[in-house]
Amino acid sequence: MLYVVIIFLWTAILLYLLLGGADFGAGIIELFTSKANKIQTRKTLYEAIGPIWEANHMWLIIAIVILFVGFPTIYSTMSVYLHIPLTIMLLGIIARGTAFTFRHYDAVQDEMQDIYNPIFAYSSFITPFFLGIIAGSAVSGHIDTTAKNFMDAYIFSWLHWFSVSVGLFTVSICGFLAAVFLIGETDSAIDRKRFELKAKAFNIAAVVCGILVFISAMIEGIPLIDWVFGNIVGIIAISAATLSLILLWYLLYKGNSYFIRILAGFQVTMILLTTTYRHYPNIVILKNGGYLSLIEHSGHPKTIQALALALLIGSVFILPALFYLIYSFQKNKVDYAVD
Amino acid sequence: MDDFIAARSQMALSLGFHIIFSCIGMVMPFFMAVAHYYYLRTDKIVYKNITKAWSKGVAIFFATGAVSGTVLSFELGLLWPEFMKHAGPIFGMPFSLEGTAFFIEAIALGFFLYGWDRFNKWFHWVTGVIVGVSGLASGILVVAANAWMNSPAGFDFVNGEYLNVDPMKAMFNDAWFSQSLHMCIAAFAATGFAVAGVHALMIIRRQNVYFHTKSFTIAAIFGCVAAVLQPLSGDISAKDVAKRQPAKLAAMEAHFQTEKAAGLVVGGIPDEKTKEVKYGIKIPGLLSFMAHGDFNSEVTGLDKFPKENQPPVAITHYAFQIMVGLGMAMMTLSLLYFLALWKKKKWLQSDWLLKLFVAATPIGFIAVEAGWTVTEVGRQPWIIYNVMRTADAVTPMPGISYSFYMFTAMYLSLGMIVTFMLYRQIKMVDKLYDLPDGAKH
Ligand code: HDD
Ligand code: HEM
Ligand code: HEM
Repeated sequence: MLYVVIIFLWTAILLYLLLGGADFGAGIIELFTSKANKIQTRKTLYEAIGPIWEANHMWLIIAIVILFVGFPTIYSTMSVYLHIPLTIMLLGIIARGTAFTFRHYDAVQDEMQDIYNPIFAYSSFITPFFLGIIAGSAVSGHIDTTAKNFMDAYIFSWLHWFSVSVGLFTVSICGFLAAVFLIGETDSAIDRKRFELKAKAFNIAAVVCGILVFISAMIEGIPLIDWVFGNIVGIIAISAATLSLILLWYLLYKGNSYFIRILAGFQVTMILLTTTYRHYPNIVILKNGGYLSLIEHSGHPKTIQALALALLIGSVFILPALFYLIYSFQKNKVDYAVD
Repeated sequence: MDDFIAARSQMALSLGFHIIFSCIGMVMPFFMAVAHYYYLRTDKIVYKNITKAWSKGVAIFFATGAVSGTVLSFELGLLWPEFMKHAGPIFGMPFSLEGTAFFIEAIALGFFLYGWDRFNKWFHWVTGVIVGVSGLASGILVVAANAWMNSPAGFDFVNGEYLNVDPMKAMFNDAWFSQSLHMCIAAFAATGFAVAGVHALMIIRRQNVYFHTKSFTIAAIFGCVAAVLQPLSGDISAKDVAKRQPAKLAAMEAHFQTEKAAGLVVGGIPDEKTKEVKYGIKIPGLLSFMAHGDFNSEVTGLDKFPKENQPPVAITHYAFQIMVGLGMAMMTLSLLYFLALWKKKKWLQSDWLLKLFVAATPIGFIAVEAGWTVTEVGRQPWIIYNVMRTADAVTPMPGISYSFYMFTAMYLSLGMIVTFMLYRQIKMVDKLYDLPDGAKH
């Protein structure tokens, strides 16, 4: 049963990265869109994510609930030492979610939009950036549970080159996912071209940031190279991701819009697999060399069992409904405005 | 500001903010389902307009409720890590089921909001009902989690360790039923009165009277039925509290000395030093009756608890008085309204009844906040009643006051924007939904 829970946790994180990530990415793209094209981008974006955006963010809640029910020590340790980035991320989540809704549902479309829009775009950048920082810090070995002063305990636990590069990497992945997704969502050839260019730009950014992650890991003494290349799963996954990258560029060039989505999703899945596989089941690595493990630090067996059952039963209801939702709105896109 | 106080204030602020949005998120779908049903049955366009106007409001509230709820699930750990470390696996069962309920709610909402004219109309209607049912289910579940803090169950606490955990027993603790029932009814009462009040105001101003009268009626009937049931369920809650948390009951009633045939204190200013209530009215025997169903029974007073285990009396007492006072007022107004519906149809046309409803717009929500203050402050100094102290649960990180200021600023601005948008929404009703002269309603 513990494995059922762990698989759900991993899947929830993956889906949040893919779906929530594309959602964040849409805002990031808006941030990097020239003024002239902003309105058009906004419209495409809303049509693409409107019906499902709420569901996309549920994956984060699922992940967090699994963590605090099933792995309370991990949840509370991260809550204490990563308090500051978590708080910033939360403020980002509030600002983004509300700005997204406000700007669409405000009955009068006036200069208030000039307040909602930048809030939406900037918080779309900040939130995944700090999510990346949090993820990077968890495995960076900077969390020091014996620290005596404020800076060591609550600042340097997350503020270092490695986590910052992971944050940037996350942002570029989000932008990439969104651009790839949006290519297939627009009917106009001009928009299509624009999103293709964005997809390429974010893809390059992701590669650059990825390299940055490796360099900063070296500076910080984090054995990232070993995690990625020191085992057969890592090597296969990362090679598959790299090979599919070539295919993706080829298909982009060919103007295919559906297969590239699958490829982009595949690449992100491979990246998450590589980075989590090697040090599984340890998801938090501490400064003193200790770690928090999904196996050793799991909750009471009875709780795990109940949690696994709740998740299994829940997915029987959720997954078909979710697929039907996505399917219905993909099949016939007419007009999404709720008027 | 002291870090501990800051953490408590931040928690109270976030919960107090979230509860407003979650009440609306739980209840409005039912109002919409009724209007939607009338539309599908009668084909009167006004009901479609009501459904759509409400659903726009709900989308705003839903998003705000969802983000503030997301914040809460992190805040529990950010502010109370020691609590969550032990409590998470025990009271987590309702939370994991709640996750499912939220998910279904979010999916159904997607169908409902974006599904006009795309699906079979009854399928579309049912998705709206599912939004309501799953919202209600999540409300019940999360209150069951809170009830566990008041009435811990499903584990053995031996030498500081939490053994023999049973999540199902923890979920169905002694308080879950009375609290969830009271909360659900409160959500209907508060939302019903708030919505009815807004529409009543528009009727008085003679704007889109037809539209607003129909909306008013739906909201008022829901709210008034709930408001009549509320004191009954409150009585169940009070008896329940008397059994499981006598210290909370004593604080609610400012009942300092244990006595038989205890009187009920109405109003008054409790003085925690002299252990007296000044200027209150005492109704003999009534407290004994309310707590145990017998005018002569003994009611435990605060004197039975060591000083360090007593909750703050004044706040709990005032909050309780406010809730009960408002509850009585709401019940009276509801009975008047029912009388009007049955016998005195003329009242429905007159402004005074509507004016009373306008005046009552916020009181349901004030009562909700007061009621939660009773429950939460009355539990102090415990975070898990008789097991863990709130002070032992707080995060070791210093500087929480800054986080509190930040969240306060955030919630204040959000509250203002939401109010502003709602105001605009209502003002736009005539532009968006008004019918050309002579058009059939
Ligand atoms: C519309 C709102 C509303 C109204 C009119 C009332 N209540 Fe209430 N009350 C609540 C809204 C509420 C609440 C906010 O929903 C609480 C907080 C915790 C809970 O479960 O419900 C609550 C808690 C609460 C508690 C504490 C329960 C506990 O700690 O477990 C008691 C004893 C009562 N109520 C009793 C009453 C009585 C005797 C009322 C008579 C009129 C009354 N309430 C009206
Ligand atoms: C939404 C309605 C709720 C409101 C308005 C509310 C209100 C409050 C208030 C006023 C406090 C501060 C009490 C004090 O420190 O004196 C508090 C504390 C707290 N509440 Fe609630 N509460 C609500 C529901 C819940 C639920 C559902 C849970 C958890 C399942 C919960 C968990 C807590 C915790 C962990 C604390 C901090 C510890 C403590 O002060 O005892 N609350 N809440
Ligand atoms: C008595 C107190 C509470 C009640 C009645 C309540 C009820 C609800 C309801 C009905 C919703 C649906 C959102 C909407 O329709 O606006 C919601 C959202 C949410 N609540 Fe609460 N809640 C309470 C306290 C809490 C607490 C303590 C937590 C965290 C631990 C929490 C976490 C959430 C989350 C994560 C969401 C967002 C889910 C979504 O997107 O639908 N809630 N709450």
